[in-house]
Amino acid sequence: MAWGFRFLLPLTMAAGFAPAAMAEILGDPARGAEVFARDCKQCHMVGEGAKNRIGPQLNGVYGRRAASVDGFTYSKSMTRMGNDGLTWTIETLDAYLENPRALVSATRMSYRGLADLQARHDLMAYLRDYSDKPQNIPEAEPTAIRSAPELPPEILSIKGDAEYGEYLSSECSTCHQKDGSDAGIPSITNWPEEDFVAAMHAYKAKLRPHPVMQMMAGRLSAEEIAALAAFYAKIGE
Amino acid sequence: MTINRRLFIGTLASATAALSAPMVFGQTRPRVVVVGGGAGGATVARYMAKDSDGALDITLIEPSRTYYTCFFSNLYLGGFRTYESLGHSYGKLAAEYAINVVHDMAIGVDRDAKTVTLASGSVVPYDKLVLSPGIDFVEESVPGWSVSAQNAMPHAYKGGSQTQLLQAQIAAMPEGGTFAMVAPPNPYRCPPGPYERISMVANYLKANNPTAKILVLDPKEKFSKQGLFEEGWNKHYSGMITRIGPDMGGAVIEARPDTMEIIVDGEAEKVDVCNVIPAQRAGQIATIAGVTNDGGWAPVHADSMLSKADENIYVLGDSSAQGDMPKSGFSANSQAKVAANHIRGALTGSRVFPAKYSNTCWSLIAAEDGVKVGASYEPTPEKIASVESFISQTGEDAALRKTTYEESLGWYEGITTDMFG
Repeated sequence: MAWGFRFLLPLTMAAGFAPAAMAEILGDPARGAEVFARDCKQCHMVGEGAKNRIGPQLNGVYGRRAASVDGFTYSKSMTRMGNDGLTWTIETLDAYLENPRALVSATRMSYRGLADLQARHDLMAYLRDYSDKPQNIPEAEPTAIRSAPELPPEILSIKGDAEYGEYLSSECSTCHQKDGSDAGIPSITNWPEEDFVAAMHAYKAKLRPHPVMQMMAGRLSAEEIAALAAFYAKIGE
Repeated sequence: MTINRRLFIGTLASATAALSAPMVFGQTRPRVVVVGGGAGGATVARYMAKDSDGALDITLIEPSRTYYTCFFSNLYLGGFRTYESLGHSYGKLAAEYAINVVHDMAIGVDRDAKTVTLASGSVVPYDKLVLSPGIDFVEESVPGWSVSAQNAMPHAYKGGSQTQLLQAQIAAMPEGGTFAMVAPPNPYRCPPGPYERISMVANYLKANNPTAKILVLDPKEKFSKQGLFEEGWNKHYSGMITRIGPDMGGAVIEARPDTMEIIVDGEAEKVDVCNVIPAQRAGQIATIAGVTNDGGWAPVHADSMLSKADENIYVLGDSSAQGDMPKSGFSANSQAKVAANHIRGALTGSRVFPAKYSNTCWSLIAAEDGVKVGASYEPTPEKIASVESFISQTGEDAALRKTTYEESLGWYEGITTDMFG
């Protein structure tokens, strides 16, 4: 179960295991540089003299609060996440690179995500070379981390019961207005179903930081999340 | 009757199909009467109307033509909201949702005949009755004070003119004067939270009357979010607020509205404004209907909000004795959706889904310094029980507090839209 793996990791490490699977996902900074050149550098700079461009500069990204680079104008969504406490660690960065909108719904980063686990870890190993806060990265195995938070197919394939979702949505609408207003509280209307499901599971796994949402998502089953996603995707259609 | 004819005709076929045969032939649509147009009553009426496609005949009985929310009324006292911004009309519920909104006072319930009597003399029949009347006060709970003294010493604990009166009295305080609050014993309606109110009065006085003092007389040893409030009071209003708990005589007091004095532990304190928040019980109509217990609240089944005393009466919000949920507008709104789903199921055969409840209460301590506490709840055989909870932490940074405050503004828009359409 991919989502539970990060809790298992400290146990395995303490017991001295170095599973073969983990060795395979160690990141390689040199390969990461190639990923960066291919996918990131159109918008981001990293290294000496890096400046904000379309995206913020990426020096010292580890341990940094989201939306905290001086002089860069972030999306409302990213700013909110930063205020709520989102900090860039191996876990959160991995989730963001894999599916940016699962972690930060209305991020301005127009990047659909990097599904390849190895490529993500190579990229994170590369960025690590430009971070002076490596304490949250085990020195010996810089990116030997839990596997990515991709959702297993059995969760993604659940067909949502939209009528149940409409009932469940009555809890959401106390705060999230169905007409899409987003002052103070983000809109969740007309989200693509898979984004909705990914976001709710990211709250459920406490990758996303907001305490109300962690609580609300935490008690919803995968079927209930799918039901809500089915309903919200269809509002106004 | 403001039945929307097009809606009615258009949905007759589906309503007929959904209803069990004996209920349809020779009868009008099932009648649901809702008493009280606040967070519980307005929400349950709107959800039943919205989801039943005209299959239910819904009457909402509420004396006020404009509903002034208790939640955010403290922000008005603090200078962060206008009074007008707290007011909401029932116009959409009548016009867009075809709810029969009756501005009258329910004064009697005949549970055998299944009718509600109004102050005007009208008698309204029901198949299901929802009582959501908020709170009333326990007489004699503050010696020397009664509702007849509410002009001299306002409670400002029901929305509307009392809130305006309290604001006017605070604005008229002499320089360096004293604002006193007699805080309520548990359980009490919240919002408008007493301690948020203290914060907001302090915010107003700091700007307009900075040498004024605030005195809180409290029968409780502890209160909700105490650490957060005390941290905030020290930070923003240092030296202004004194709280006298039960250990120092805060529970043994007497009010003297004629002389504007409070007797604390035998000593008379002269004050300029005195906000008396008495002990509370269910709104009077719940007592009249005979669905309340010895404590003055109405016990309900945790999975439906159905009264334990009558299978055709639901009780929502502050008036209900349901278990762990606080007496907040958020709670009433949450309970209303469970009840609406249950009532529709009982009367039209629609799907009944499991009850889920939640609550979040935001409080403003000073400008852009917002905090929150919340929990999720589920029904157990005994009560609505808390499942998981969270609370803001002391020492949070200014950005998070500001985001929390902005979130509360979004919530206000969300819940009032959820209530009134």
